[in-house]
Amino acid sequence: MLHELPVRAFRVALVGNPNCGKTALFNALTGSRQKVANYPGVTVERKEGSFVTPAGRHIMAIDLPGTYSLRARSPDEAVARDVILGKAKSVERPDLMVCVADATNLRLMLRLVLELSGVGIPMILALNMSDIAEHRGIRIDVAGLARELGIPVVNAVAVTHDGTSALLGAIDGMLDTIGPAQASHWSEQSADEVRDAHHAADSMVARFVSSSAGATDWTSRIDALLLHPAAGIAILLAVLFLVFQAVFSWASLPMDLISGSFDALAAAVRSVLPDGMLSSLIADGIITGVGSVLVFLPQIMILFFFIILLEDFGYMARAAFLMDRIVGGVGLHGRSFIPLLSSFACAIPGIMATRVIENRRQRLATIMVAPLMTCSARIPVYTLIIAAFVPQQKMAGFVDLQGLVMFSLYAAGIVSAFVVAFVFRRWVWRGKSEPFIMELPGYKRPMLRSVLMGVLQRAFIFLRRAGTIILSMMIVIWFLSTFPGAPEGASDPAINYSLAGMLGHALQPLLAPIGFNWQIAVALIPGFAAREVAVGALATVYAIGGDADSLGAVIAAQWPLATALSLLAWYVFAPQCVSTLGVVKRETNSWRWPVLMFAYMLALAYAASFIVYQLARYLGG
Amino acid sequence: MTTANVVKLGHGRKGLSGTVVAVGAAAGSPGSSDIQFDVELERRLLEIGLVEGAHVEILHEGFIGRDPIAIRVDSMRVALRRREADAVLVQIDGGAGMRRQGGRDVA
Ligand SMILES: Nc1nc2c(ncn2[C@@H]2O[C@H](COP(=O)(O)OP(=O)(O)O)[C@@H](O)[C@H]2O)c(=O)[nH]1
Repeated sequence: MLHELPVRAFRVALVGNPNCGKTALFNALTGSRQKVANYPGVTVERKEGSFVTPAGRHIMAIDLPGTYSLRARSPDEAVARDVILGKAKSVERPDLMVCVADATNLRLMLRLVLELSGVGIPMILALNMSDIAEHRGIRIDVAGLARELGIPVVNAVAVTHDGTSALLGAIDGMLDTIGPAQASHWSEQSADEVRDAHHAADSMVARFVSSSAGATDWTSRIDALLLHPAAGIAILLAVLFLVFQAVFSWASLPMDLISGSFDALAAAVRSVLPDGMLSSLIADGIITGVGSVLVFLPQIMILFFFIILLEDFGYMARAAFLMDRIVGGVGLHGRSFIPLLSSFACAIPGIMATRVIENRRQRLATIMVAPLMTCSARIPVYTLIIAAFVPQQKMAGFVDLQGLVMFSLYAAGIVSAFVVAFVFRRWVWRGKSEPFIMELPGYKRPMLRSVLMGVLQRAFIFLRRAGTIILSMMIVIWFLSTFPGAPEGASDPAINYSLAGMLGHALQPLLAPIGFNWQIAVALIPGFAAREVAVGALATVYAIGGDADSLGAVIAAQWPLATALSLLAWYVFAPQCVSTLGVVKRETNSWRWPVLMFAYMLALAYAASFIVYQLARYLGG
Repeated sequence: MTTANVVKLGHGRKGLSGTVVAVGAAAGSPGSSDIQFDVELERRLLEIGLVEGAHVEILHEGFIGRDPIAIRVDSMRVALRRREADAVLVQIDGGAGMRRQGGRDVA
């Protein structure tokens, strides 16, 4: 730039239907200069980024959630409306709106443009995906449309190098002459006004869009396979299987690296700092605690890689279609499927992913059952107990018994999630269902760059959670397991004398009916930090090193089988994860839901363990 | 309204193709007693493009109870449950010969 222009950043908002390529266009405009935060008080993601136009103007771009109308049903849509109407707390009203339309499906966006023309902010219509439209032989009379609408209309391609140049030019042209935003005279459209706007949009499509049929309709061909009643389900299961294979096999190396380096870091801190509270807080509380949650980062990133890849390809809407009858049967939404899927890695990203569910009750129900999915933090506990108690033998010659037990634990989680969701929808929020109406976007080749960008953003959000909620929870747990310290000449491990130890001992009589000894009771307290921390805590209580094999040998010798089975049942249900509860508090903006979640999961865990323990004892275990 | 060849979209089978003639209250009660749901449903159907005059075709059916259905609405594809699709009345294309494919008539 030759000379500095006064830096008054203009605010440009991107508005559009879901699936119009708005995110891709936003990425193309702003590159990596973007940040993702939350709107205060609501849990909708707020994406902002900056760029400089060819004429040197500084632009602050806001990517609003996709919407079909300004009438708000979901928190996402409410945010889009409030920002546009200038009612959003903390977000200045935009100076200019870029309405992003899918050029292959103009009609719905033209209707929204007509609705938006009442809000008093200047607009540009960007016909995105014009490359695909051209390929399909769809021709749009851009000049005619601009004349009819009275706003600039430009072609755009979000995924090529210079696909946004016309749009940038139009933004500059618009900002040259821009006046202050006018007061809005938008009011919610009645059903008849929606009909009228549709007819106006239809007539525009009839006059300005022509299409020559003939191009291969790939979407129909792919759908014939992927939505086929039998083949579709088989493919869905195969896809899920492959994703899980990848999540667990690809992640193991980076997970080992992460836990190894956190261990090394903790050891380094212990060797540098003098023994004492500070060293213990930093090494045992903060580093080990945060490390125990951060190990899940590779799994979360791999999982989101596939979720975003499948989403961009257009498959996720199909998966929701295929699963709707199954998850819909218990009152959830087809879209609940994706968050529940994520919860197999970790409930935290799963709960964050429930934002795609429009209806509040269905969203809450999904949040409430997400932690019942077997997250990977349960795996170390399951493997410890299974390896110690379940003989390594084949049933009927080929079914691995240990694998079978593992599988039943997963199945128990899924089945109970369905039952709990059903109970919630049936008795807590009686009646009131929500329409399931969803666009099935055309299939597209995913762009690696935007997929990776999405993955990095997810990772970043998770890290920020780890830095705030999770860190503070870890310090609380550390405090409980450390204070007060062991008295002089104590022979037992220090944790026995701590608050956690006292609590464990005090709770033990309550846990006796489910077969837990005091060692388990004590280990469960730090296990609230993250489920797998209980393994390390058990090793501490039994005063053996972190080696899982020797711990396995000790518990195999000391616990009756009934106790082991009871602990497995406990771990299927117990709310042993404060981070999840913290995230639920954040996402629902109320203590009510995390408290309810804690209570119902605890009750289920106790009941399940009680039944398992008593039954196993009765059967002679 | 001509009753010949007018069916509820939710009663249609794969392959049904026709023109929307009524949506929401105008199509008769979708069968729920929940007024709020019906009003919301009408809006949602309209907003996603199911308006009078739109051309629709049932493309796919779910594997349990043939529910939900995937339909083409003019140039886009939409998934919805049959219960909701019942709020849309469709005039079947191509006269009486197509009835066989089009499912039951509305009484
Ligand atoms: N060929 C092509 N693909 C695009 C274009 N814009 C977006 N896409 C693809 O369309 C898919 C959905 O885009 P996305 O930005 O996630 O849609 P959103 O739901 O509106 O945010 C992604 O696979 C993008 O790569 C475009 O202009 N041309």
